[in-house]
Amino acid sequence: MIVLAFLVQTLRIAIPYLFAAAGGVLSERSGVIALTLEGWMLTGAFTAVIGTHYTGSPWVGLVCGVAGGVLAALLHAVACIRYRADQVVVGIAINLLAVGITRFFLRLAFDSSSNSPRVAGFDFVQTGPGGQGTGVLASLANPLVPLGVLSLVFVWWLLYRTPFGLRLRAVGEKPEAAASLGVGVNRVRWIAVLGAGALASMGGAYLALEQHQFTDSMTAGRGFIALAAVIFGKWEPKRVAVACLLFAAAETLQIQLQGLQLIPSQFVEMIPYILTIVAVAGVVGRATPPSALGKVSE
Amino acid sequence: MSQLNESIPRPGADRTSRLPASVTRLISALLPPFTALLIAAVVGDILILSFGQSPADVFVLLIEGTWGNAYGLGQVIYKATTLTFTGLSVALALRAGLFNIGAEGQLAMGGFCAAVVGLLLPAGTPAVLAVPLCLAGAAIGGASVASVPGVLKARFGASEVIVTIMVNFITLALLNWLIATKLNVAESLHTPEIHAGAVPRLSSVVDSFAGSAANFVLVVALAAAGYAAWYLFRTRAGYDLRAVGLQPEAAEYGGVKVGRVWLRAMLLAGAMAGLGGTNYVLGYKQYYEEGFAAGAGFLGIAVALVGRNHPFGVVIAALLFATLSQGGLAVNAVVPKQMVDVLTAVVIIAVATSVPEVQRLLKSVRGGGK
Repeated sequence: MIVLAFLVQTLRIAIPYLFAAAGGVLSERSGVIALTLEGWMLTGAFTAVIGTHYTGSPWVGLVCGVAGGVLAALLHAVACIRYRADQVVVGIAINLLAVGITRFFLRLAFDSSSNSPRVAGFDFVQTGPGGQGTGVLASLANPLVPLGVLSLVFVWWLLYRTPFGLRLRAVGEKPEAAASLGVGVNRVRWIAVLGAGALASMGGAYLALEQHQFTDSMTAGRGFIALAAVIFGKWEPKRVAVACLLFAAAETLQIQLQGLQLIPSQFVEMIPYILTIVAVAGVVGRATPPSALGKVSE
Repeated sequence: MSQLNESIPRPGADRTSRLPASVTRLISALLPPFTALLIAAVVGDILILSFGQSPADVFVLLIEGTWGNAYGLGQVIYKATTLTFTGLSVALALRAGLFNIGAEGQLAMGGFCAAVVGLLLPAGTPAVLAVPLCLAGAAIGGASVASVPGVLKARFGASEVIVTIMVNFITLALLNWLIATKLNVAESLHTPEIHAGAVPRLSSVVDSFAGSAANFVLVVALAAAGYAAWYLFRTRAGYDLRAVGLQPEAAEYGGVKVGRVWLRAMLLAGAMAGLGGTNYVLGYKQYYEEGFAAGAGFLGIAVALVGRNHPFGVVIAALLFATLSQGGLAVNAVVPKQMVDVLTAVVIIAVATSVPEVQRLLKSVRGGGK
């Protein structure tokens, strides 16, 4: 039972990472740096809550969440692909923008600077009073859970089993060569970035709908942990999925052992970041990014 | 990344240019920030109107609350002091072709180390001794955080963008742990007050600044900007640094040890950001508090970008962003202060977008060539 609870909680924590990391792989393999995952998630979480609040349906909320993420990704694509702005600068700015704009509209829509009112979620299994589930498995009765698990599978299939994926990988590695074969480099990158925005925003929507509300800056660095998973997983969907689950398991372990105080929680928090630094420094099996990552093509 | 480095017209381009080089340089330096401010003003109008307020009234309120009275001005100066340090940090690294996203963590560590030195010194240590020691502690603290991406870049070529982001999270978690378990005053998230090393506020000399946090760390910030300008443009080491930033391979052929320059640039950048922590710790609160950096490190990127990586441009850009930040508080009663966070982000995106665009425009104005 303890093992089952551990696995279920790991999966629940991993879902937003899996969504965002799937977006990260898609964007970075096409050559566009995905520093914006955090901002896309936060935007998606907010618009998902707005949509759910005004219609009462989490499905409409999910659609709104994806629309919000795609809109944020659109801004990123216009600046970085159309106008060839620096991807790191714009990425950081969009993260700032997401925090600012969600706070602004939180005040405008709900007259609160901290959180939205309670909204509906995907509650197929009736939860008991006090919000506690009737069983650990009840929390998995959420369409976003299988979608999250499938998100990296989908990206793997797209990258390695479709002609579009072949073009996308070519664009991320050798854009000039791809262009000389008639591949529209910028068109592929546009699709990849918008797709990444959609995927990451589903991670945000999952967070918000599971907690039944939007709270200020609720993504709390999860987009960066997902980015860490992308790098630690060497931009390979399978390895990235393992990295997401590994980081989530460490978090779960920390939560479950909190009472024992074996290791301070702050040190567990550091694990994904330390592993990522070790990976990029190449001490054990170097992580090499797509060679055209961050470069604009003329 | 190279587009962020100040564009230096190629020697060949000058001959065919219809515009004098000085004019093109001025245009390429000034046009992007002004375009950005214009776009930000329009976005600001939309946000204000969405809240059912009059844009003109809100902007008047914003100016009155910042430059319109001594207290507001003092707060602007205080905020600009921290931003000058973090802006210089990002700008110096960028001149060497490195992206220092770690200013946030370096700033926090600098503030923490300044507080630790101030706590270790016995009470009554004369300021002439205590203040420089605290400043040195801050600089070393910031530089030690920056040494991680610096060494990994110089030794393994590890992407400093990724490493600085990750080191930020690690540094902040480490400091949270130290504050939560070792050094805090009970029921708070800050250290005890430092025994020595406090820097007086400006209001101790000019009465009308009373209540504002502006303090004499401002002088250190201006000196740091002057030092950065001298270092970049008047020393051999600064020349090497800029050469590496423009063309690392060419610099390598010219006999410059690129890895060593990268490490030195990161250490210098870290020291600058670290010194920024003294503005809060020595000049304002006299203790380190968790979360005091509050995004000032990330704003340093905006400051460097708008200041075009020139130390004096950084000072001006720091004043601009400090005005926006303080202005948000001034208008908060009418429209949410988060409006200025949105405007700040809009300015960054607009500048980043228009810099390459303006350069392409100028290229097409130049006759001849393509």
